[in-house]
Amino acid sequence: MSFLAARSMTGGYGGADILKDCTITVDKGEIAVVVGPNGAGKSTAIKAIFGMLNLREGSIEFDGRDITAMAPQDRVRQGMALVPQNRNVFPSMSVEENLEMGAFIRNDDFNETMELVFHLFPVLREKRAQPAGELSGGQRQQVAVGRALMTAPQLLILDEPTAGVSPIVMDELFDRIVEIARTGIAILMVEQNARQALEIADHGFVLVQGGNRFTDTGEALLANAEVRRSFLGG
Amino acid sequence: MDIVNALALFANFVAVPATAYGAQLALGALGVTLIFGILRFANFSHGELMSFGAMATILVTWTLQDLGIGIAPFPTALLALPVGILASIAVSLATNRMVFRFYQRRRANPIVFAIVSVGVMFVMAGLIRIIIGPDDQSFADGERFLITAFEFQKATGLKEGIAIKQTQVITVVVALVVVAALFWFLRKTRAGKAMRAFSDEEDLALLSGVNPDRVVQIAWIITATLACIAGTLYGLDKTYKPFIFLQILLPIFAATIVGGIGQPVGAILGGFVIAYSEVMVTYAFKKVITYLSPTDWAPEGLVQLLSTDYKFAVSFIILVAVLLIRPTGIIRGKVI
Repeated sequence: MSFLAARSMTGGYGGADILKDCTITVDKGEIAVVVGPNGAGKSTAIKAIFGMLNLREGSIEFDGRDITAMAPQDRVRQGMALVPQNRNVFPSMSVEENLEMGAFIRNDDFNETMELVFHLFPVLREKRAQPAGELSGGQRQQVAVGRALMTAPQLLILDEPTAGVSPIVMDELFDRIVEIARTGIAILMVEQNARQALEIADHGFVLVQGGNRFTDTGEALLANAEVRRSFLGG
Repeated sequence: MDIVNALALFANFVAVPATAYGAQLALGALGVTLIFGILRFANFSHGELMSFGAMATILVTWTLQDLGIGIAPFPTALLALPVGILASIAVSLATNRMVFRFYQRRRANPIVFAIVSVGVMFVMAGLIRIIIGPDDQSFADGERFLITAFEFQKATGLKEGIAIKQTQVITVVVALVVVAALFWFLRKTRAGKAMRAFSDEEDLALLSGVNPDRVVQIAWIITATLACIAGTLYGLDKTYKPFIFLQILLPIFAATIVGGIGQPVGAILGGFVIAYSEVMVTYAFKKVITYLSPTDWAPEGLVQLLSTDYKFAVSFIILVAVLLIRPTGIIRGKVI
């Protein structure tokens, strides 16, 4: 039984179904990557897993509990954290306040977690007093990931973390994500940069038109001729 | 040339009254900007909320005066103010519960929200006129002047005197204390940070576990407190007239927008910009210029740009100019 098991998800925003019998699973300490062409329902799948979309069919199990009907806020309390693609920092608040807001639901001492975030992203320590809205795109993404980590999640979900950042920053972010996974946190990530993402992925899910087309280890997907031809540009 | 007397004259008729008026506008604008930051709509009922707070304070003040309880030389209204604040909080929370929450849950369009607040404004205005009547009410007592013009003249030997009313000093001191407390709350406390986060990025705040109902309630509590204090200070400084609180909406909205909507610091700046402009444009500078120029150069006219009847036009012109030239306001706020 996987740590997160979203099975046979079917549903949409009212009207036609966007997800059709889509299944995504992640285990602890593992990086799962969802790739696919534009409009394949990648982000929708993540929203469904986080409870921001009503499913018509299917179930979501997290850490052995059925959370299909749980509200997003309650999922945060259960140990899930989401880094949205856009609007993922509080622009007028300082970096440090952004991280504090991440720990809003916690009643214990979160200084250790903040140290961990500063260790992962040293630049954030330097800029801790600066408003997050004044940072560069890559630094902002680091704040966004840091904010999500502050909830001390067991599952970190990232919606296109490298959208709009330079290739160098992208490589760095991926390195950090691998580092986070090594601490035992399960990671589920949607990515446009399919090739680089699959290189760090333990499991990959190739979605097409809301359904699973290929599901395999990252390595196997990279080696699969059809996947390469159709989704990785040869 | 008599620069000292010119300055004294200017201070007496422009700087002192404009500073007190600016503090009142700033307190009012802070309430409007807070509600805009949290609920994202222009709250037209804010003027009547100020009026309601002032009315509640006046009723308690009268009772205290009848009982002979006072804090002379300070006005009794200061003693009654906490009760007025509690009454304002109660009425704004009740309005939120009965009216605004319904639209918030539906995530109603800001325009719908604003129109709803106009309705609330009319209901509240009617309620106030039923309770206290439409007439002017006076409730100020205690020492009237801190320094009278005559005392000032005697002490300094100048031709011009500066009179400082006690209510003007109280207005500025109370405003300073309240603003400092508000900023401390927003910067340092958990609830204050949650409010700023909610104002910044609502969905992300929800994802961080911020309870929206609670944030909205706190916003109304603070807004009602600010409104009650602003209304009472305005009434103490001038007199309490129920109809004036419809007119005062314009300078308050102008102050909010000039400063930058949703920006507390901007609301304060905007309040003073509007107050000083209003007082300076409608002040007759003839005597000041007479002091500053050689003896026989005295101007013939009053050197008054606008008659005081038109003082609300000043806010309106500033408002339009800001919306055309810099819609985000002095401190970059949201654009309506």
